[in-house]
Amino acid sequence: MPKLPLHLQIFLKETGQLARFTGLFFKEGLKPKYEVQEFLHQCFLIGYKSLPLVGLTGFIMGLVLTMQLRPSLVDYGVESELPAMVGIAIVREIGPVITALIFAGKIGSSIGAELGSMKVTEQIDAMEVSGTNPFKYLVVTRVLAATLMLPILVLLSNAIALYGSYLGVNIRNVTSFQLFYDQVFRNLSFSDVVPAFIKTFFFGFAVGIVGCYKGYYSNKGTEGVGRSANSAVVVSSILVFLIDLIAVQITDLLGYN
Amino acid sequence: MTTEEKNILTQSNKKPSEVVINIEGLKKSFGANQVLNDFELKLYKGESVVVLGKSGSGKSVLIKCIIGLLQPDEGLITIFDQNISQLDHEGMDKLRAKLGFLFQGNALYDSMTVRENLEFPLRRHWLKVSQKEVNTMVLEALENVGLAHTVDMMPIELSGGMRKRIALARTLILRPEIILYDEPTTGLDPITGKEISELMVEIVDKYQTSSLIISHDMNCVRRTADRIILLLDGRCYAEGDFETLKNSKDKNISQFFES
Repeated sequence: MPKLPLHLQIFLKETGQLARFTGLFFKEGLKPKYEVQEFLHQCFLIGYKSLPLVGLTGFIMGLVLTMQLRPSLVDYGVESELPAMVGIAIVREIGPVITALIFAGKIGSSIGAELGSMKVTEQIDAMEVSGTNPFKYLVVTRVLAATLMLPILVLLSNAIALYGSYLGVNIRNVTSFQLFYDQVFRNLSFSDVVPAFIKTFFFGFAVGIVGCYKGYYSNKGTEGVGRSANSAVVVSSILVFLIDLIAVQITDLLGYN
Repeated sequence: MTTEEKNILTQSNKKPSEVVINIEGLKKSFGANQVLNDFELKLYKGESVVVLGKSGSGKSVLIKCIIGLLQPDEGLITIFDQNISQLDHEGMDKLRAKLGFLFQGNALYDSMTVRENLEFPLRRHWLKVSQKEVNTMVLEALENVGLAHTVDMMPIELSGGMRKRIALARTLILRPEIILYDEPTTGLDPITGKEISELMVEIVDKYQTSSLIISHDMNCVRRTADRIILLLDGRCYAEGDFETLKNSKDKNISQFFES
């Protein structure tokens, strides 16, 4: 039987281990006792502490997108459609994906580095010796917090991006706040908002589970911690795009596009 | 080494009493590397036993098997007459409340203050304990190691010796009956190492704990050991008190005492 190339073997092994890790998450996550206090603490760290970064990038995203789109729309004589076009682009695609990528960079790396560092300094073992299930305490809480916080961050980021867009529109023209938002929301439908919102839960889950997996199985000392943080960002960013690709196919099949 | 020589060396300062840890035929390997091979050990109540051996000889693996962080391939480990391989998670957690473990690198939680580090095992093992009792126990544990003033500091703000003492205070807070020390003086200067060794002796005197100590540091071994077990090729090669082993003519034993 021909032997698989080494890179493919490593890829398949990693995929299998990540799948097993995900299975363990559901098994441990459903079993009592629940680490509610640590979960709320993680929601604060993952959600609240990410707000400034997500808000800033959302604002710039809305502003820049508006300024970049305007010349083309002016050429076609449809400048008045600018709020609607930016609104749909942000809510359907750019808002969720860019926010998820920022989230992967900030939260994926921090979870990977934190758990990796805990692993190599035996803090995870110390937790087990202290009568705590480290998987439940560290992994389940962080993955759940990431899954629930990202959709909220995306909603806030979208709102701030639309405000950035409103300012972008007003650089050249004078448009009232009410008129701008009226144009945005009149052109947004259920099929624009809901599928885009649902996929953010999957983005959050992917970032959380990959960050935890990379950190939890970190090895090779301090070098391994850096590697865990780095690969957590790379793998979760790729997964965000893959999930987005699958989501667009599903919404297409369901007739939401 | 002949059986006769080994028997001569099997003498301890303290008379054997109740066995708190009993290990028989312990085997553990990692791939082709057989780390522990038919290892046997008995730890008596109130006794301090040092396991001596070269780096990579399986000393840390041994205490990780005892605390349940590693699963042995074969053999029997009983702690307080409970076979740990037959315990479920809950049973093991209950047993761990009677065991303290001092990690080689201290394993203090970086994201928590000293107070939170000490509260963590208390809150986990003793669910029904009031905040007032917790505060009292935290301060008492810190006073035992002479670091009550560090209660609100972060581990990163402490020196290596202070971190070791805080780790010891965290180990002590549950009033364990047995304490397992994984190289307690490694990485410390000789003065701090001496202080930690003396603290370990004080703990035994004050709380009548039994101790299993993994160490290379002969000063620590001399101060703390009632009995020494020399681990070689995964087995107990020799056993005896410090002076007996120090005067041994066997090269495998004497090399540890030469420096």
